[in-house]
Amino acid sequence: MNQFAWWKNLLIALACVIGVLYALPNLYGEDPAVQISATRSANVDTALLGRVQTELDNAGLKPKAAELANGRLLVRFTDTDEQLKAADRVGQLLGNDYVVALNLAPSTPAWLRSLDAAPMFLGLDLRGGVHFLMEVDMKAVIHQLEERYAEDVRTLLRSEKVRYAAVGRSNGGIKVKFREAADKTAAEAVIRDKLQALVPVADDDPLELSFTFSEREINEKKQFALAQNITTLRNRVNELGVAEPVIQQQGDSRIVVQLPGVQDTARAKEILGATATLEFRLVDETGNVAAAAQGQVPVNDKLYHERNGRPILLERRVILTGDYITDASSGIDQQSGGSAVYINLDGKGANRMEDATKDAIGKLMAVVYIENKTETKMVDGQAQKVSSTVEEVINVARIRDRLGARFQITGLDNPQEARNLALLLRAGALAAPIQIVEERTVGPSAGKENIEQGFNSSIVGFIVVALFMIISYRVCGAISAIALAVNVVLIVAALSLLQATLTLPGIAGIVLTMGMAVDANVLIYERLREELRLGLSPQAAIQAGFSRAFATILDANVTHLISGIAMFALGSGPVKGFAVTLIIGILTSMFTAVTVSRALVNFIYGGRKVERISV
Amino acid sequence: MQLIPHKLNLHFLRYGKICIGLSIAILIGCVVSLAMRGLNYGLDFTGGTVIELRYAQAVEIPQVREALAKAGFADAQTQYIGSASEVLIRVPPHAGENSAGLSNKVLEALSANGTARPEVRKVEFVGPQVGDELVQSGSLAMVFATVGILIYIAMRFEWRLAVGAIAATVHDVVFCIGVFSVFQIEFDLTSLAALLAVIGYSVNDTVVIFDRIREDFRKLRKTPAEEVINTAINDTLARTIMTSMTTLLAVVVLYVWGGGAIHNFALIMIIGVLIGTYSSIYIASASALYLGLSREDLLPKAKEELDAMP
Repeated sequence: MNQFAWWKNLLIALACVIGVLYALPNLYGEDPAVQISATRSANVDTALLGRVQTELDNAGLKPKAAELANGRLLVRFTDTDEQLKAADRVGQLLGNDYVVALNLAPSTPAWLRSLDAAPMFLGLDLRGGVHFLMEVDMKAVIHQLEERYAEDVRTLLRSEKVRYAAVGRSNGGIKVKFREAADKTAAEAVIRDKLQALVPVADDDPLELSFTFSEREINEKKQFALAQNITTLRNRVNELGVAEPVIQQQGDSRIVVQLPGVQDTARAKEILGATATLEFRLVDETGNVAAAAQGQVPVNDKLYHERNGRPILLERRVILTGDYITDASSGIDQQSGGSAVYINLDGKGANRMEDATKDAIGKLMAVVYIENKTETKMVDGQAQKVSSTVEEVINVARIRDRLGARFQITGLDNPQEARNLALLLRAGALAAPIQIVEERTVGPSAGKENIEQGFNSSIVGFIVVALFMIISYRVCGAISAIALAVNVVLIVAALSLLQATLTLPGIAGIVLTMGMAVDANVLIYERLREELRLGLSPQAAIQAGFSRAFATILDANVTHLISGIAMFALGSGPVKGFAVTLIIGILTSMFTAVTVSRALVNFIYGGRKVERISV
Repeated sequence: MQLIPHKLNLHFLRYGKICIGLSIAILIGCVVSLAMRGLNYGLDFTGGTVIELRYAQAVEIPQVREALAKAGFADAQTQYIGSASEVLIRVPPHAGENSAGLSNKVLEALSANGTARPEVRKVEFVGPQVGDELVQSGSLAMVFATVGILIYIAMRFEWRLAVGAIAATVHDVVFCIGVFSVFQIEFDLTSLAALLAVIGYSVNDTVVIFDRIREDFRKLRKTPAEEVINTAINDTLARTIMTSMTTLLAVVVLYVWGGGAIHNFALIMIIGVLIGTYSSIYIASASALYLGLSREDLLPKAKEELDAMP
């Protein structure tokens, strides 16, 4: 009696072995490493490995190991000093085509890695780093949509030779004014035919047409803006050199950016949130700037200001926007000694630039620096978002020759600004401004302390609970202590396998689970004692104790699981982190407290004559 | 070692009415405190910025305040945490300020005042719109958990017991929130996680007693309901105390060794475990009894008949 079939024991042992295997990587530490990945056309290959190794040899640095995997090169070092020196040297060697980032690479042995075993993924509160939640300004997206369609309608009506008085944006749509009713009717037909995204709305004015945008068009544009912003943010994060960034969509207008190990949050924020781009326009040298400053701007011009505040008139027509820029780097202008940004254009951009400048030799061209800012302002105690656009003319230069695919611009205040602008032009512009709505930064020392405290409380928690069980239930208590240890191993293995993020509240969840996991054992043992008191034989009592307690254990755990799932589904941040380990802990504890303990009890007491049970 | 002698036969339900009365009085107190003083909401819910800094040596708070005031942060609160070289700065949501850039400005201001540049231990910024959402999703999680448990218990047991379990859970949650309100302890997202854990614990504790009540009703056919419930509570008393002890040990360890970040979490859990143990005996079982729970309600369904009569 009370013996498991051999295959049952084997299965339990197998589960435990698998648990140990996948929990094992967490015991090996981490190596300080330098991670090199390609940004654009560059390749990560053995040639690169060779270059890096020679450079490190020359610098007298001895890497512990270097490996090529998943399109990136990982060079491990024995200490952080060497790692930092190496990152510096390699960064200078490789320049803009590669991202050189500091990383802590898990030193999981190869045989474990071949099983896909990896250590747990630690949350930012444990490893240090920055977490940003960014919101895409969807109002700006609609604004852009209005502007684009106003332009489309103008072009369409012009090409269809329908006369109109004005096309303008209205709140969330566009408005077209006519001089004659016949034009209106003609325009209505043309627009309905060619611009399906525009939905007519009732307009009382007989000489006016009003449109809004179709639901589909708005959603498409919003999704596009979000996707585009995620791509741009990813490029920018790459430029910052972060080893394992997380950039994810959250909800329908937000993006989560997590940068483990980043310390200079000020620069990270500046780069991520910036919406700077450039526009090239010709200067209207004949226009009356003084009159324009009074409000009389010529029809085809737009009034701008230079950095020193001087007004300047530029043509409405844009020669080129930042979208055509394929590469940009910063440097020093040979002639003036000031900061400069060197720009490369793609083929289309180069053609446009050539066309525009070949007829304009001798004229002045202006470089307009555009930055969108969104700020939260408190108005009457209410938070309100205010978008503003800064448009400055940073450089005016006479076109001496036809410009092509490569040229430089000057007029930036300092090298830092030139560097940032070059970076932003490389990474691409954001489709819509974004705003940081949540930030959580944890310094490296704080992260280290959190891990230590979490680890210590887990160890102490385990010892205290295990001792208490052994004192209360002696041999059976010791069995539940072993089951508890297996439980912790399984939780760690499950977290490692799922690559779920372990946070400090998650560790709290594990400690709490330890306290509550033994509940199943308590239920079983109390039942066992009761059955023994009722006069059952030890073997029958074991049988009855385990089987009677099971229904109760199931009910108790299911209700507990319901609250865990509610937390996971609806909670955020620490609530979610806690829920993950709680749910895993409930599931594994069902297995260990019932099955593993039963196997051990069977092993000790089963299949022989037993006088008394130590419980 | 047997912590609880098995034939105690305490007459728990004799004090049932008194306990329910007392609990109601305390809960009214909690609600009054919540209405009058409210909760001391943490950054997660109010929005704003919290910065934790560590200086190389001890630093004077007035000096830090002065530097902050000079930079336009006169409304910032500054306090020591742990030692005289660690400072916590709270800045409320600022008018006309790009909110995410605020922490940078604070750091600049503090580095400029002559003392060595402090090490940034933690920066948390929560925008006002995010705070509102966190409150919403948190409350929703609590409602969802409660309703889910209610349905499960009503299905597995009986509606009176389900109502009793929920009464006990609500009792525990209100009590925990009440303590936080009375002592004005900071309530943040981690505290909310703890409240949800208290719900889980409280129901877990209650369900075990209910299981026994159901079993004893089927076994002791001629005994009046009050006595059956009392027997069930006594039968499970050893388990109730043992599990409360192991859980309590675990959360006390968290309170002592877990560090500042989960202090409040552990505190709520300690309160929750104590009050949850009391409520599963007095609130859950007693209110089921006063709702008129009887043997007929728990008659075994056809399939379980054999099981109930050994």
